[in-house]
Amino acid sequence: MKIQVLVRLKNGVLDPQGKAVEKSALKMGFEGFKNFRIGKIIEFESNLPKNKAIEEAKKLADKLLSNPVIESYEVKVEE
Amino acid sequence: MAKLRFGIIVFPGSNCDYDAYHAINSVMGEEAYFVWHEDKDLKNPDCIIIPGGFSYGDYLRCGAMAKFSPAMEETVNFAEKGGKVIGICNGFQILTEANLLPGALLRNTNLHFICKEVYLKCENRDLVFTNQIPERPIKIPIAHAEGNYFCDQKTLKELKENNQIVFRYCDEKGNVNKESNPNGSIENIAGIVNKNGNVLGMMPHPERAMEEILGNTDGLYFFKSIVNSFVN
Repeated sequence: MKIQVLVRLKNGVLDPQGKAVEKSALKMGFEGFKNFRIGKIIEFESNLPKNKAIEEAKKLADKLLSNPVIESYEVKVEE
Repeated sequence: MAKLRFGIIVFPGSNCDYDAYHAINSVMGEEAYFVWHEDKDLKNPDCIIIPGGFSYGDYLRCGAMAKFSPAMEETVNFAEKGGKVIGICNGFQILTEANLLPGALLRNTNLHFICKEVYLKCENRDLVFTNQIPERPIKIPIAHAEGNYFCDQKTLKELKENNQIVFRYCDEKGNVNKESNPNGSIENIAGIVNKNGNVLGMMPHPERAMEEILGNTDGLYFFKSIVNSFVN
């Protein structure tokens, strides 16, 4: 089973990388896109039972993969 | 009087450890020694310094992995018992990740690594780290890509109420404004202290401004404050 943890900056936390990408996109002539935010995906594999894997992945995300002061996360499982 | 003992934590990727060592041993005449990140014994320090650099390559987030090292776990215990702890640059990032200080350090708003001298206004000169700092702005170098201090409004209010904002970026005359903010930090914050006043984190590098030959000695005020607080 594959697990993905999506880590995003919380709303209200300035994302200078997102801003820079937005500027470039506009310069390139793309229209109709705004509020770019850059996050990260952390992928790993697990052979734990599904519920246990999600539970443990959440613990890992709380402790290491995200910083709760500035980031939120979402755990996704692909069987 | 016996020399003060400064333990400097060394992670794989630390690169200001020798600067701090030199500042304390050669310039201040006190005793500095290194504590390897895997050591559980801090060897009875008077003060712990977490130096600048890129601990564990700064992978994932700056300071994120360093907080789980045995030396950091001991540093947290030491700080909780009132031990004096200083985090400079990457050390500041580690202290926030380890929850010894509130908030977090984000990418600089201009996305650049900034390396230059800046002016700092010291807003709390009653601390063990600041009692010898003059009222005028002091000039200290910064060298970071993630020095943009961030915290939520509630935390900011608490920092102000408890006098925890220690350094703010300012201009030569001491004006704290947008132009003198190099990295986008909330309210120009360059350094903060914990509620008890024994754990300090700052992005600027006082250990790099200790000698005439390097053109700047304003960092001396910082280290003299610590020595002074032990003498008295």
